[in-house]
Amino acid sequence: MIAYYSNLAMVTSAVLYLLAMTLHAAEWASARTAAVAEPELAVVGAGAPSEAPAPPASQRPTPNPRTEALGRTGLAITMIAAATHVTGVVLRGVAAERAPWGNMYEFITTSLAIAVIVYLVLALKFGMRWLGLPVTLLLTIGQGLAVTVFYVAVSDLMPALHSVWFVIHIIAAATSGAAFNIGAIAAILYLIRSRAEERGGLRGYLSRIPSAETLDRVSYRFHAFAFPLWTFTIAAGAIWAQYAWGRFWGWDPKETWSLVTWIIYAVYLHARATAGWKGRRAAIVAVVGVISFWFNFIGVNLLVSGLHSYAGI
Amino acid sequence: MKPLVSWLRFIWTTLTSMRTALILLLILGIAAMPGSLLPQRPTNPVGVADYLRAHPDYGPWLDRLDLFDVFGSAWFAAIYLLLFISLIGCILPRTAGYLREVRALPSPAPGRLSRLPGHTAAVLEGTDAATVLDAAEAHLRSQRYRVRREDDSISAERGYLRETGNLVFHICLVAMLIGLAWGSLFQFKGTAIVVEGQAFSNTLTQYDDFGAGAAFSASHLEPFTVRLDSFDVRFETGPVQTGAARDFNAHVSVSRPGESETTGSLQVNAPLQLGGDQVSLLGHGYAPVVTVKDGNGEVAFSGPVVFLPQDSNFRSDGVIKAPDARPERLAFQGVFLPTAVSGGASGMVSAFPDALSPELLLNAWSGPPKQETGAPENVYALDKTGLTQLMSEDGNPVSVALTPGTGYKLPAGLGSITFDGWKRWVKLQVSNTPGGWLVLGSVMLAVLGMAFSLTVKPRRLFVRVSGPGAAGARGDAGSSPADSTPDDSGVGIAVSVAGLDRVDGRGGLAEAVAALASACGIGATLTPTEDEEKR
Repeated sequence: MIAYYSNLAMVTSAVLYLLAMTLHAAEWASARTAAVAEPELAVVGAGAPSEAPAPPASQRPTPNPRTEALGRTGLAITMIAAATHVTGVVLRGVAAERAPWGNMYEFITTSLAIAVIVYLVLALKFGMRWLGLPVTLLLTIGQGLAVTVFYVAVSDLMPALHSVWFVIHIIAAATSGAAFNIGAIAAILYLIRSRAEERGGLRGYLSRIPSAETLDRVSYRFHAFAFPLWTFTIAAGAIWAQYAWGRFWGWDPKETWSLVTWIIYAVYLHARATAGWKGRRAAIVAVVGVISFWFNFIGVNLLVSGLHSYAGI
Repeated sequence: MKPLVSWLRFIWTTLTSMRTALILLLILGIAAMPGSLLPQRPTNPVGVADYLRAHPDYGPWLDRLDLFDVFGSAWFAAIYLLLFISLIGCILPRTAGYLREVRALPSPAPGRLSRLPGHTAAVLEGTDAATVLDAAEAHLRSQRYRVRREDDSISAERGYLRETGNLVFHICLVAMLIGLAWGSLFQFKGTAIVVEGQAFSNTLTQYDDFGAGAAFSASHLEPFTVRLDSFDVRFETGPVQTGAARDFNAHVSVSRPGESETTGSLQVNAPLQLGGDQVSLLGHGYAPVVTVKDGNGEVAFSGPVVFLPQDSNFRSDGVIKAPDARPERLAFQGVFLPTAVSGGASGMVSAFPDALSPELLLNAWSGPPKQETGAPENVYALDKTGLTQLMSEDGNPVSVALTPGTGYKLPAGLGSITFDGWKRWVKLQVSNTPGGWLVLGSVMLAVLGMAFSLTVKPRRLFVRVSGPGAAGARGDAGSSPADSTPDDSGVGIAVSVAGLDRVDGRGGLAEAVAALASACGIGATLTPTEDEEKR
């Protein structure tokens, strides 16, 4: 019964994230029309009035009230979705009578719950609502995949997971995963914004997100937080492996890809301090890093068989 | 000689440059990928053989490139060794520079502060330079800055832990590699299958497979004996993930020379630690207990026979050999089904991994006695040379299904076999990797160092005063910031404050400068600069 409510909460949150994403997309679109008067309005999603008032042709640096309203509504819906999402994760743990991190479904829902909480803190405390569209996009895709592809019913853990390291290793992985993803979003926005700044045509939503320099700094901060934690995740996993399998490193596919991910982020951190690599190249490395992280999470579990294959998926 | 030296110097500087290190890191990452996507010999020799059979065209080429043993290959070692040389080449000069820096005072304040971020200036009256600088110094020291005080200026710096952390991290990586190298020289790892009621003694002959580093010798094996008293398993019986393993518990008795026998339990995440050797529980399976009588009515074989699991429901294959049976030696190929059900066209299958209704399916073979050659024989495979399959009266091969307690009389009076019951076996791994603590310690210290190097904010703050009381004031240079109102002729002294962050990506400089300014007695508003944009 509890498991049923957990599932219900997860699915609801996925739908709400989709709604929030639509609203943020509408926010971006309306900001675009606000800055440059284009005859054809961009597709406006749910929640937007069908008869959009024709924006004045003048370039306006400040957003129109409708843009603002869309953004605020999107944020409000994200908050409701986050509450539902966290409830879903907690109920899952209650239903399973253990920490809810025993399989891919539980891992991805927990990691995304951490991500959405971090985003809400950033948006409410630090005025970083501009992360709204990419973050809700990530949440929609992630939560959507979780409830459709990765879903497995509640069950006990296999013996290899009976360990305190289960909690330590996985919460560290989920937290650093959340931070890597938000860092990657900032890196992608940096790439878009810095290109726009070079071309000189800062229009629409791009004029409302922070400068490329700030985006780079935000991205760095998330990576600087996530990287030591990721190192710790690997080390904790190695300690656990020593207990469970009698060796701390065995080039299991999951271990290998954790190391590959680690190396890519090490390259990112060094690139930021190297002339010629600073900026765009470093940001691209960060994006490659998050792709590697996702491959390690999904690809290794589904494509390659190894010791980290638990519970089917 | 000269060209050689300059050439070596060129190699060294190239190798130790950040750019090379970056490229090497990237190459290392890319090089590790095939090791996870292709089957690897050390962990999956069967997979490699299958792959080579499936791809006879390019498989051998991949093999020639060591792509089936990436992490043991020379080219992979070359990459990480180059990387570590590059790393050492980076650490040495940086450590030297760092040691110089921490021993020296911060470098003097620049002459003109007005170009620096957060610059604030004011003319203060009713005070003198020494008082202002005293106040500034006290403030800076309370903020744990290192302070260089001169007659007319203060230069302060903090955040040395950033470079400390950076160096600790990189040195720890080298220590970790040393630990890994040490471990790989002396390590050993072996597995052995032990049936309930039987024991394993830690000597080389008792291992089913064994691998060790170059510096290993058999005397490194910790003397001990582990007897498996019983093995409990629990499988998921609920509707979700039915049959998944839930709990394994091996009850063991351990005896070591000079100590009385102790009992303990061995679980998946709770290995036994015996001296330096670790005994882990890696797997389990079934061993049917059978008694084979020969044509003369003598017991030719009796006891458990280890069968190897073939699927997740523990359909297990094995071979029962009775080479001493007379007049004909006997052998059986068997399939053990812990929970036997009819699987339709595929015959009998196992429906659950636990032994709920076990059955033993057998084919029988016989042949004239074979001369003992002493040559090792695979206990899990049947060498059929010299053997003929027994046929039943209807002309089909003998195929019997036994339940515990039942038996079968072989045709032509060759003997009989009874299925007495079954036991479980466990696969134990004994391993020892010295240097593990060096690796673990280095990694943990490296994480700590990394946290410092990524979070500590190195920052420099400056105060410069001029006017009466500022002995040795440097004329106009520092005293007349363009945007203040210089009043050198009066009784007031001009005070300017500024700061500098050496690492970008840091906020809070403006606040730090403002705090310093107010400590100096400047109730000034900030001179905002572009750098001080909020996050």
